[in-house]
Amino acid sequence: MTHSNTLTLELKSIRKAFGGVPALCGASFALRAGEIHALLGENGAGKSTLMNVATGIYQPDSGDIAVAGRPVRLTTPRAAKKLGIGMVHQHFHLSRRHTVLDNILLGLPGVSFLPDRRALAGRIRNLADRYGLPVDPEAKVWQLSVGEQQRVEIVKTLIHEARVLILDEPTAVLSPLEAKELFAVLARLKADGCSIIFISHKLDEIKEISDRVTIMRCGETVATVETGSSSTRDLALHMVGREVFLMPTHRERTGDTQRPLLSLSKVTVSNDRGVPALRGVSFDLLSSEILGVAGLSGNGQTELTEILYGLRRPESGTLTLEGAAAPVTMSPREAISRKISFIPADRRMTGTAPGLSIRENLMLKSYREAPYSSRGFLRPDVMAREADRMIGAHDIRCAGQHQLTGTLSGGNLQKVILARELSSDPIIVLAVYPCRGLDVGSIETVRQLLSNARDKGAGVLLVSEDLDEIFALSDRVAVLCGGSMAGPIPVGEIDRVAVGLMMAGVKGRAEGADATRSA
Amino acid sequence: MRLVQRESSSTIRSIAVVLSAVLIAFALGSALFLSLDKNPLEAYLAMARGGFGSGYGLSETLVKTVPLGLCALGIALAGKMGLWNIGAEGQLTMGAIAASWVVLFWKVPDAALLPLAAIAAATAGALWSTIASTLRAWLSTSEILSTLMLNYVAELFLQYLVYGPWKGPDRFPFTVYFPRTAWLSTLGTTRLHSGIVVVVILAVVLHVLLKRTRLGFEIHLTGDSSSASDYAGVPSKRNILLVLAMAGALAGLAGLFEVTGLQHRLQPSVSPGFGYTAIIVAWLARRHMLGCLLVAFLFGGLAVAADELQIVLHIPAGVVLVFQALLFVCVLGAEVFENYEIRWRNA
Repeated sequence: MTHSNTLTLELKSIRKAFGGVPALCGASFALRAGEIHALLGENGAGKSTLMNVATGIYQPDSGDIAVAGRPVRLTTPRAAKKLGIGMVHQHFHLSRRHTVLDNILLGLPGVSFLPDRRALAGRIRNLADRYGLPVDPEAKVWQLSVGEQQRVEIVKTLIHEARVLILDEPTAVLSPLEAKELFAVLARLKADGCSIIFISHKLDEIKEISDRVTIMRCGETVATVETGSSSTRDLALHMVGREVFLMPTHRERTGDTQRPLLSLSKVTVSNDRGVPALRGVSFDLLSSEILGVAGLSGNGQTELTEILYGLRRPESGTLTLEGAAAPVTMSPREAISRKISFIPADRRMTGTAPGLSIRENLMLKSYREAPYSSRGFLRPDVMAREADRMIGAHDIRCAGQHQLTGTLSGGNLQKVILARELSSDPIIVLAVYPCRGLDVGSIETVRQLLSNARDKGAGVLLVSEDLDEIFALSDRVAVLCGGSMAGPIPVGEIDRVAVGLMMAGVKGRAEGADATRSA
Repeated sequence: MRLVQRESSSTIRSIAVVLSAVLIAFALGSALFLSLDKNPLEAYLAMARGGFGSGYGLSETLVKTVPLGLCALGIALAGKMGLWNIGAEGQLTMGAIAASWVVLFWKVPDAALLPLAAIAAATAGALWSTIASTLRAWLSTSEILSTLMLNYVAELFLQYLVYGPWKGPDRFPFTVYFPRTAWLSTLGTTRLHSGIVVVVILAVVLHVLLKRTRLGFEIHLTGDSSSASDYAGVPSKRNILLVLAMAGALAGLAGLFEVTGLQHRLQPSVSPGFGYTAIIVAWLARRHMLGCLLVAFLFGGLAVAADELQIVLHIPAGVVLVFQALLFVCVLGAEVFENYEIRWRNA
């Protein structure tokens, strides 16, 4: 396949901020005609935002877009469709109760009141045959497998005569076999002159399918390389390797012995959709340590912490705690009474209740105990005093303890949660993406509080996608990928690139873990 | 056009939103009266006079405040927790049946008759709602549908009793009259019975329960975010059972007061839809306990005013039901504007 060097889509110095938080800081991207171009980056790097700009869903704050060399403004998704740009989102936009035909019909412009369904069904079948996308136009969407639904989404874009096809992490929902079939379809589309943008963070498949790769980090496009001329290792380094990172806060190892506070043994569990989320995970969490669990989200982190906090029951395997003879059946009540703190990923609806006041949210776990209540009655005066103390001690910026937490900014909201979770001298702290979306100042505060908890003897389980954070804070590192855990390994014995490769699920995980480099 | 979440909430805006909604309902109601060739102002004045303008009108309004208030308190309590109790009508009916059963068939000392009837009524209402809450707690069955459908079961059970085994000797579908010892005392020559005192006390007790107790805290929390309440270790299954049982007991007491305070026997229709109107009352009162009392009083007046409209202006009493519905739709529809605003955007 020879690449013609004409550019079909060009994004130049795109900037976009949401509520003052920059998501794209001058990202540029150029797509050649007839190429498969992978877009690689960690979660939150700005891949989806950039593509939403390319499809007219978001308006950039500044920057230029050109289609086939002509400058354009994509003010609506429809404008982008007209120019032949189609996108298959990670979460499908299909009405489950309707047929494939109905769903495709819905997106078509200028459909008459009584559309010619038969003609459309014919067009769908034609496309299906041409590209190997078998779909039954009369099937109801809810009857289809996820892979089939994805085909419907692809047909939806092709029926608009899309020449640029954007796929947002298309293999995340597919089985390996379905992924192979998808790759065959993409190859046929490419042979037909379509240009494809393939968003992914799986290095193996990027190597397999793409012609070029653009890597994004922190809202910027850091490099564009020919896939053939760069190794998976280079790509991983580009994806995660920032040279500047906050100084680690490792303490001098004193002679104190570390005790296992919590042991997980061969724990298996399914997620809410019934798909295995953890496959025989075992590890110990020690006292006076931060155990960093690296991994891209959706690889079992949520389920792992929910099991440790008792929000989810393991299907097999055991959880043992220090001082408990038998394995425990955990529940949130049990966790709270055993001083297990939990900083959940969802701050707004789980870590806090948005319609309750700051005071009530600070008391979310202690309202039922003395001195905050007695004989079933709350003691507002005691609560008020403690709430004021916590607001002062954690510098929560608010109009007062009666302000609803739903109106707080992300950083302040996290401070409310931290004040509650860390002021009671926890024995175990489960912190899930504690710094996600926070500004630099708040990040420093969160990291300091977690280190302090560790220094006081607590065992801290830090789940993060940010390798800088993992390496700056952790004493040991483990990686979750596809529900299996590698490690934990002491932080001095492993390098970032190896962890990056493990996160990306590169085969030969063990080799990756052994590839040590003196740090 | 799209809805955008407001940055902050404010009490003043909430009140303004409710008042605007009520004004819109009155405007729409005016159109209704105009379409019937009546002067809206005259109609509204007649309604005010009928419900609140005389000692008799006021006492009748208070009589209706009792069942409306009791049912609304239960609905509001469940609503605070995010549960919809559409079954107050059926729970009221079951309460009335249980109270009648005690009064008619139990051999107990006179002094114990009413207290036992009250306990039976509350228990029957609670058990009736527990069918729905059990399904909800363990099988996630929508309590909206199960409580609603149980109303019809209760209704038909009542029909069966009064047309069947409990039919009185004169072959009409009524039970015999209750013994005088099972009649509630009334105020002077009016029909106003002692139930009104109980409603006021219960409203205050429930208000304190919500504001000051652990259970109240948990109800707020679960109603606001179920995932935060699981996270905080709130026993949500137990609370679903408890709160719906309380709601059922309150409606059951309403049934007690209707039969022992007013009807003094069990008849084919115990309630003219108090359990349904109470849903409107609870939502207009924003699930506030003392607010329920106030709105129940106003709606009681509205029901009494229906007669006045019919007599003075020759307007069908059903118009008042239409007006109630207008109020409900306007207030419920306006609720979204407390936390969201409309932004216009050119496509």
